[in-house]
Amino acid sequence: MPHPETWLRVTPAGLWCEPGDFFVDPTRPVARAVITHGHSDHARPDHGAVLATPETLAIMRARLGDGRAGRRQQPLRPGEVVVQNGVRIWLRPAGHVLGSAQVCLEWRGSRAVVSGDYKRTPDPTCAPFEVERGCDVFVTEATFGLPVFRHPRPEEEIAKLLASVALFPERTHVVGCYALGKCQRLIALLRRAGWEAPIWLHGALLPLCRTYEALGVRLGDLRPATAARKEALRGAIVLAPPSVVAERWARRLTDPVACLASGWMRVRQRAKARGVELPLVLSDHADWDELNATIDETGAPEVWVTHGRDDALVHAMGRRGIRGRALHLVGLGEEDEGEAETGAAEGAA
Amino acid sequence: MSIPAFAALLERLVFTPGRNAKIALLKRWFAEQPDPDRGIGLAALTEELVFTTAKPALLRELAAARVDPVLLALSRDYVGDSAETIALVWPPRAGANAPPPTLSEVAEGLERTPKAELPALIAGWLDALDAGGRFALIKLVTGGLRVGASGRLARIALAEWSGRPVEEIEEVWHGVAPPYLPLFRWLEGKGERPDPRGTPVFRPLMLAHPLGDSDLAVLQPEDWRAEWKWDGIRVQLCAGPGGRRIWSRGGEDVSAAFPEIVEAMDFHAVLDGELLVIRDGGEVAPFADLQQRLNRKTVGPKLMRDYPAGVRLYDLLFEGEEDLRALPFDTRRARLEAWIARVRPARMDLSPQIAFASVAQLSAIRAGARAASIEGLMLKRADSPYVAGRVKGLWWKWKREPLSVDAVLMYAQRGSGKRSSYYSDYTFGLWRPDGRGGEELVPVGKAYSGYTDQELLWLGRWIRNHTVARFGPVREVEKALVLEVAFDAAQRSMRHKSGVALRFPRILRIRRDKPASEADRLDTLMALVGNREAKAAAD
Repeated sequence: MPHPETWLRVTPAGLWCEPGDFFVDPTRPVARAVITHGHSDHARPDHGAVLATPETLAIMRARLGDGRAGRRQQPLRPGEVVVQNGVRIWLRPAGHVLGSAQVCLEWRGSRAVVSGDYKRTPDPTCAPFEVERGCDVFVTEATFGLPVFRHPRPEEEIAKLLASVALFPERTHVVGCYALGKCQRLIALLRRAGWEAPIWLHGALLPLCRTYEALGVRLGDLRPATAARKEALRGAIVLAPPSVVAERWARRLTDPVACLASGWMRVRQRAKARGVELPLVLSDHADWDELNATIDETGAPEVWVTHGRDDALVHAMGRRGIRGRALHLVGLGEEDEGEAETGAAEGAA
Repeated sequence: MSIPAFAALLERLVFTPGRNAKIALLKRWFAEQPDPDRGIGLAALTEELVFTTAKPALLRELAAARVDPVLLALSRDYVGDSAETIALVWPPRAGANAPPPTLSEVAEGLERTPKAELPALIAGWLDALDAGGRFALIKLVTGGLRVGASGRLARIALAEWSGRPVEEIEEVWHGVAPPYLPLFRWLEGKGERPDPRGTPVFRPLMLAHPLGDSDLAVLQPEDWRAEWKWDGIRVQLCAGPGGRRIWSRGGEDVSAAFPEIVEAMDFHAVLDGELLVIRDGGEVAPFADLQQRLNRKTVGPKLMRDYPAGVRLYDLLFEGEEDLRALPFDTRRARLEAWIARVRPARMDLSPQIAFASVAQLSAIRAGARAASIEGLMLKRADSPYVAGRVKGLWWKWKREPLSVDAVLMYAQRGSGKRSSYYSDYTFGLWRPDGRGGEELVPVGKAYSGYTDQELLWLGRWIRNHTVARFGPVREVEKALVLEVAFDAAQRSMRHKSGVALRFPRILRIRRDKPASEADRLDTLMALVGNREAKAAAD
């Protein structure tokens, strides 16, 4: 049985399955791509054939435009199998954002799972992560691969936000969140916590909310914030891209409370540097405990780390007898890393 | 639940820039927390209560016993702060389900637990808390809260929450101790106002409004008394059988930083004055010298010798038990002069009055003031009682015309709070010989204010388009933009590369018309050090 490293290789364009001649989440245009999810660092434009879940394909069309989301799109639902040049391909939900999936590959009895970005905390806007047991190699991210990252329960963070809205009823709470995934999850969590009022959105967040609703995720009363009168937004919750919450766009609102929903908010300096008044630790990535528990549950004897803080994770796995290998894939998670500096990221932390 | 609630308050106070929002958070704390925890929390925030029982090393040892050293080191490198790292990485012990401690349990535990049992006690608390609670606990037990909530702000919040005037709270504040049970009982209408008795209490200071041109026009010289406005820190000296205190303008106890003054306060009175560094012969040193003495918990003999502190007295509020505050200023002044003549307190002198017959004469006196230790003039109405706060029409401050130089913008940094997305902090420099036959710019100061909103936007664009290097939040710019910078005084300073420090620098205008090479030279500024006449002549 061939070891996965003989048929799944790191190339400048990303992870390449040699016998199947396709890439997983390639960073440059390729003939055949399998895409784990719709974030821009994973789903790039102008591939030839694209294989992904129907939701991811819909998100790619919405974000990249019909012409650039792959010349040929092939939907694959979790549970279905396709065979490409003798390589079996199937998908399992990754729990990261709507449509996100792990890519499971098997060639000549050797099996690898490329998990993409994932989390284990339940998310009302997407299917939960499913463990694929018995793979020879599990490929993981490590965005939050340090033991300082243990995400609190999402409900606690939502309660924190709502308590602040109650304490400062005259002020407008502007919550920075990424356009794909975090935004819709925040809305869904707020609805679950009983927030029935309209939620106001920066123009950059509206289109994907419409896409989510078209895919069956109900988000309630959403309204454009840009057109709204300032007075109408007193005591309201406004969602906006992270880059604008402490900027001029937000300052036109009534005494705004700058909030930011991100796993990075766990670290105070990160929150301080962004000028955030109310940090909300809410992440769509696995935290340290979830990363380690997931690795253990897969039972994989070997784990490859695509991006993030691989040193700590590889060290911790080594202590449990699991062989770890840092792939140092370029282009992945660069939105996350860039976030603190530019604030312009649309990544997925 | 009190440590988690305290942690939530702490976190919000740390991240909240707005004063009103901080007050709202404190009010909620007073309203929702039970005694004695609300008082202990208040004392911890205002640093009236500081625990130093546990050393940071103890916490590091606790963490090292629980966490893999490699992971701990990687975490510490990433987070950049030991206390926060430990709070975040602390692994919950399986099966631990003790309720989180209250503030009073922590305070009592720290006081009563023998040193040898302290690590186990603290570890048990950490097990019972989440990351935010652990951070608050670590900060609390190691005595390093630093949340930016001053005592004055806390007392304003108490006043707003209870509906009592803040002056009433100030008067009893220093007579009550954590957890302030009698104070809260009184504020909730459930008890008598605590009696400060003999304990020294802070009486809020009387403040002055800036004098405008229209105020000046109607000023009748015979109704007003003039004094120099000394450039030190305003203090209230309070001494009697109950103790001796030096209060800052905001009611903070700064006695510990000035032991020689406290020693000299062997009288029974409450006085208003200016704390200054006064050298032999009564010469007042520049403010930069006084800064060496500020914000210190203790002072050594060398510091006291090099920067001897003294108080120039402005007013007498109490003589013995007698409250003079309702008396007219002239009467209080006469009482003050008589008191000084009789008591002859060491390290204190009288702030002299300046005779004047007309506004024009007073104006000339102000323009001719030469010492850097003088900020301008104070005008006090002869019949003014001593009232707390800034009551219009009783006292005026009339600062000197500022000095100015044309300097070159060198670096810009983003501001904080509302200005966090603007480059609003400007470091500027002046020319001096570079020792190789050419000229170089040397930074002389930093300005954060003085510009209009339009100028701020214009500067932001200019800075983005002329950046030559970035250092974190700081941008170095092309040395091409001249700013006219106003300041109140220039003082020699060993701590600045240029050898000079500016007092209150601010941007007067952007000199787009002026080439950078024609900006002022360092020599020009040095000539202004402590010398107002140079400016008068140049005008």
